[in-house]
Amino acid sequence: MTKLVGIVLVSHSSELARGLAEVAAQVAGPEVRVEPAGGGPDGSLGTSGDVVREAIARADAGAGVVVLADLGSAVLTVRHLLKTELNGQVRLVDAPFVEGAVSAAVTSAAGAALDDVARAAEEARGARKL
Amino acid sequence: MITERDLDAATVSNWMREIESVIRAERDHLVQLDAAIGDGDHGTNMLRGFEAVVQALGADSGSPPGRLLVLAGRTLVSSVGGASGPLWGSALRSGGRVLGDQATFEGQELVEVLAAALASVKDLGAASPGDKTMVDALEPAVDTLRERVAAGAPLADALDEACAAAEAGGRATIPMQARKGRASYLGERSIGHQDPGATSTGLILRALQRAVATGS
Repeated sequence: MTKLVGIVLVSHSSELARGLAEVAAQVAGPEVRVEPAGGGPDGSLGTSGDVVREAIARADAGAGVVVLADLGSAVLTVRHLLKTELNGQVRLVDAPFVEGAVSAAVTSAAGAALDDVARAAEEARGARKL
Repeated sequence: MITERDLDAATVSNWMREIESVIRAERDHLVQLDAAIGDGDHGTNMLRGFEAVVQALGADSGSPPGRLLVLAGRTLVSSVGGASGPLWGSALRSGGRVLGDQATFEGQELVEVLAAALASVKDLGAASPGDKTMVDALEPAVDTLRERVAAGAPLADALDEACAAAEAGGRATIPMQARKGRASYLGERSIGHQDPGATSTGLILRALQRAVATGS
């Protein structure tokens, strides 16, 4: 079967990341690896490079990984990892956290390639609710 | 008297210990500054990070100064938890790589270390002078140090002037409106507060000045 693009959700809060992973996985189905990476090094609010690195490794099924981040230091932490140690199969996208995660997960479930999943997440910025 | 090739691994270790000590002393001040325009964790995050750095460097035996800086940077990324982790982490890693495996370094190389650190912070944070960030303290310090060292000033004097430039740069963030980081969500309400990252940058450079003086 086709390898699916993994999704990593980086948030300052482990509960926010876990909750969003739950929502995205529910919408996308069980085949897509949606991995939360929330909280700081001591489990408090913040971002941990180690937690993000491990989540990316778990999400990678061989088709690449799309990473979404909530705010500030979460974005900086992922950018730092991308610059220093990760290969081109990991993509940080500029997308709204919730809509982007759902969009990316659904697109991945359909078997889309890394570029298409990343684009789907970024295009979620234009999605209207009303 | 500081001689031409006086800086070494001990300088880096002393620098990290001096940072931990000054951040500990100033933690509440940094927390207050950050509580005004951020989430109030800057002093706590920085202290946790540099405590971990001092511990990591204490467990190291015999690495050259550049490797110690890289180790310090890597430790910050995994231990700080806030934006300062990747920012100072990449700064120290980039600075450390400038030195490679050489056992000692001189003033001009220290300029290059700090210039690489600045470049890495600007690149990672996509910040420019005037955005009300640590760049507003670090850039004038690096510029001043480069000019004074090039003019043949003793390193201790050049560092003193660089620290003064960083502190002036920190104070100059007070009237700025933040364009990066969490303070940027405040818009005009960020005006009137000194940036915590620019403030701790001044402390980190003063710590460097003390570490260099200790080695003389």
